[in-house]
Amino acid sequence: MARALIHVPATAKRGEIIEIKTLISHVMETGYRIGVTGAPIPRDIITDFVCTYDGEKVFRARLFPAIAANPYITFFTVATASGTLTFSWTDQHGATQVQTAAITVE
Amino acid sequence: MTPSRLSRRKMLQAAGALAGTGGFLRLAIRPAAATPEMMQEAVRNAVGEAPIKKGKVKIDLPPLVENGNSVPCTVSVDSPMTRADHVKAIHIFNEKNPQPNVISVQLGPRAGRAAFSTRIRLADTQTVTAIAEMSDGTCWSDDIYVIVTLAACIEEPN
Repeated sequence: MARALIHVPATAKRGEIIEIKTLISHVMETGYRIGVTGAPIPRDIITDFVCTYDGEKVFRARLFPAIAANPYITFFTVATASGTLTFSWTDQHGATQVQTAAITVE
Repeated sequence: MTPSRLSRRKMLQAAGALAGTGGFLRLAIRPAAATPEMMQEAVRNAVGEAPIKKGKVKIDLPPLVENGNSVPCTVSVDSPMTRADHVKAIHIFNEKNPQPNVISVQLGPRAGRAAFSTRIRLADTQTVTAIAEMSDGTCWSDDIYVIVTLAACIEEPN
């Protein structure tokens, strides 16, 4: 779907609260703008973002057209164990982009 | 005389009806701004009938926004985020964008800290509200009045 940037600390102490930053390039076209031909530009947005930590859901967001282009979301989670964080963005047509990041917990 | 008067009246009626339809069509196509009532409805759809109290939640937005297309927004909630007492969801609403919803976030005890940031669009100078749903069913809110000088949604596409 698009290019995504994710920032997760490479290592963390057990039980530490870590901040995760995500950004995906997407127009997030609202559907309220009028194009050069006079016709409204059809809506094209990402509607859903989910982050799972070793399969367990830790954060989920439902996005609306009021989210700026290139949705940027930061949130927190507890570093429980070394593992994989999976990030997935789904657009209104059902296309999903999945990206993963590894974390080592000491 | 009579037929001509009648036809004139009919024509006027027809013109009125046409103007009415035209106005309606324009309303349907143009981004009709959400109203505070629409926002209240959206709030009720999201959190149900639970009473919403002020406090615990903090919404952070710049008070003066130059460009409404991308406004940094942070919401944090005062919560220990344990299994017994945590924030279930945080919603952001606005009064005057075409749609009252901005974002709805689901959290749990795994979040550790009930906070998130994003960038939002604001179509006008307005009040933005954040509402947090707690695990015990209570709802807390905070709002902020934001002045927007260049609005989102209405700008010309390139």
